[in-house]
Amino acid sequence: MNWWLPPQASTFAPSIDLGFLVILIITGITFVLVEVGLIVFVIRYRQRPGQKAHYTHGSTPAEVIWTAIPAVTMVILGIVSNGLWVKIKGRNSVPANAYTIGVHAKQFEWWITYPGPDGKLGRTSTSLIQKTTNPTGLDPDDPASKDDIVVRNQLHVPAGRPVVVYLSSEDVIHSFYVPQFRVRQDVVPGLEIKAWFEATVPGQYELGCSMLCGMGHYKMRAQVFVHTQADFDAWVAQRASQAKGEGTS
Amino acid sequence: MSTVAAAAHTAHAHHDDRSFIRKYIFSTDHKIIGIQFLFLSLFFLLVGGILAMQIRWQLGFPGKPMPGGTLLPETMAPGGVILPEYYIQLVTMHGTFMVFFAIMLLLVGVYANFLIPLKIGAHDMAFPRINMASFWSAVASGIVMLASMYVPDGAARAGWTMYVPLSAREDLSGAALGQQLWSVSIILFGLSSVLGSLNYITTVINNRAPGMTWFRMPLSIWALFITAILGLLAVPVLAGAAIMLLFEQVLGTHFFDPASGGQALLWQHLFWFFGHPEVYILILPAMGMVSDMIANGSRKPIFGYHSMVFAICGIAFLGWIVWGHHMFVSGMNPTLGSSFMVSTLLIAVPSAIKVFNWMGTMWRGNLRFHVPMLNAIGFVAMFTIGGLSGIFMAATPVDMFIHDTYFIVAHIHYVLFGGSLFAIFGAIAYWFPKMFGRMMSERWGKVHFWLTMVFYNCTFFPMHIIGMAGHMRRLYDPTIYDFLKPVQPMNEFISWSAFALFASQAIFFVNFWWSMFKGEKAPLNPWEDNGLEWTLPSPAPHGNWETPPTVYRGPYEFSAPGVSEDYLPQTKKLPTDREPALTPAGGH
Repeated sequence: MNWWLPPQASTFAPSIDLGFLVILIITGITFVLVEVGLIVFVIRYRQRPGQKAHYTHGSTPAEVIWTAIPAVTMVILGIVSNGLWVKIKGRNSVPANAYTIGVHAKQFEWWITYPGPDGKLGRTSTSLIQKTTNPTGLDPDDPASKDDIVVRNQLHVPAGRPVVVYLSSEDVIHSFYVPQFRVRQDVVPGLEIKAWFEATVPGQYELGCSMLCGMGHYKMRAQVFVHTQADFDAWVAQRASQAKGEGTS
Repeated sequence: MSTVAAAAHTAHAHHDDRSFIRKYIFSTDHKIIGIQFLFLSLFFLLVGGILAMQIRWQLGFPGKPMPGGTLLPETMAPGGVILPEYYIQLVTMHGTFMVFFAIMLLLVGVYANFLIPLKIGAHDMAFPRINMASFWSAVASGIVMLASMYVPDGAARAGWTMYVPLSAREDLSGAALGQQLWSVSIILFGLSSVLGSLNYITTVINNRAPGMTWFRMPLSIWALFITAILGLLAVPVLAGAAIMLLFEQVLGTHFFDPASGGQALLWQHLFWFFGHPEVYILILPAMGMVSDMIANGSRKPIFGYHSMVFAICGIAFLGWIVWGHHMFVSGMNPTLGSSFMVSTLLIAVPSAIKVFNWMGTMWRGNLRFHVPMLNAIGFVAMFTIGGLSGIFMAATPVDMFIHDTYFIVAHIHYVLFGGSLFAIFGAIAYWFPKMFGRMMSERWGKVHFWLTMVFYNCTFFPMHIIGMAGHMRRLYDPTIYDFLKPVQPMNEFISWSAFALFASQAIFFVNFWWSMFKGEKAPLNPWEDNGLEWTLPSPAPHGNWETPPTVYRGPYEFSAPGVSEDYLPQTKKLPTDREPALTPAGGH
């Protein structure tokens, strides 16, 4: 098995992994210092006949040093991490050219809506949700909804273009998680939450629910397909015509 | 010293006219209540452990019939195979029992009750009957929680954090009564906890013996005092939230229901506003008792006593402004994430101060490796890992990846098992003589310590690695995911280690019960410690002292120059000591 983080398949995966590595180095050094220190003390200062402990109540310089070093390290770590956080999750972080996809979560499936040729997602409303005929509550009166493609448990995205997912939940809290993209965002009923990522490596991945959402939580899983832009356009065109064909028949 | 002991003996004889029921069942004696809490919480520790073994069976061997599983009803495990709906009850109840009824009761119920009056030189708690009420409401709460596992549709199943709407709506969770009983039990638990906290705070402020100034209190008492303040302020928030949840479940209110204008995230804010101080309730008393045991085992004064006190206060204060770090990916405003990240990272500082001061205490000491000392060193070694792994989660971008994975599971177990539980094993052995008048077996205590240490690390360390691989929490069957299939051998290894860890605890239980009746008779002061409790006979008599002891110094005067022994009890008057003013009134 893999003893490290999963393969990287999004633009911010390398920076998150770098953050992980930096923290691993900082904590790793501290870990070794403390544990080796403990072992050395345990061996060196074990009780011996005639030995008396050194009588001291502490040392102010030592306290100042081991307060200041962690404090400074933590503040720097906070500042650096925050830069990355704002880039990924900040309110204005979604790139302007992002491709929009709707992700509707319900016990225990993912319904993915693609905007179709017009590039716009249709309006949705929870009151319009019909279990089989209209699982995401798409509003038929909105012209933008006419060409929308709704697919169950399949997320198709182009590589090399930012994608913004509009997350909505029908019942309980779910969580949108694609490990190779390093992206996770809870899906909360009553809130519409945006999350974005840019896939880099075409291939097949998995989208999992990472928030306990009921009995079937473990099987709330979707396939993720990262296509090249050309393949993705072809897939959309094919699904759009398929949908049209179904509509006229 | 001997006069105090003699006086205490007469006190013992004097008070011994209580009936059996008054003495052992509906007792108002803080020591008996502490022992009652000990039996109660060890029982729930066992229950939580049995639930954990079932979780590990399912994760290690998904879909295979569990040995003994056929004893369970068809609704849980037909043919011994655990069902998904039973699995999520297992994870929910394991967390609930361990956090509330095992660790919290073990630390606060047992040791705040048992140690506070003994270590500050009081006759009993400030409010002995409120103390008794606190114990019996904890029993009621525990019975309700246990009963919820036996109702037809099963126990609560929304995780121990009980996130709404799943926990509030039976049509989504599949459990109605089980969920409601969870809320009822937590409300009762809140009552118990508030009654206890009130008592601990009042006792520490008012009932200290003459000469027991604030900065002569042992760190265990400081930690328990600060913990009580946290408990008094935090647990009512949980109880209030549980009342709202119960209304939602039973009366159909809409606090948390977005379809009717409620807010699903409100529960998370309330829960974690309680939940993060709770994390420190679960570790501060352990840190305090470990400080006592390490100073004793090192035969040295605690290094940096004042900075240890300030670190406890700092952790308690910062603990109130970090709750949002449980919610970085919850959909709350990301700017809040930035501020919670900074406060969370800062809390690493007082934790680091504590670890370095424990090491400073051991430095140039004369270390005695008795069982309490071994467990205390184990605590420092393991808590360090748990504290350091917390930094990964504090950094928001990294948390986005490891949130809700086994990395978090590893972290919480390194803090609560590697931290709190090792401290508890040490504390039980350390104060056992004062509780039962007998010593626990040192040899078996050491065997238990080493086996636990090895299997504990084999169980929980690999969870970091499968968490890094992306293994989500609370998955009934991880092999559903292609990317988790390669992780399965590791899951199997963890399960075998967990079974061995559980089996090792049998040594502790046998040692505990055997020593209670057959252990070596305990002397007055078996660990050669300075604390006030060691001037009393073992077991300590009802009413503790006939007249409150007088305190001349702090509790950590080990190996002081000019003293022939390597310890110097707080009550021993040296020619240079002045009589203290009688201001801190002895409780009467």
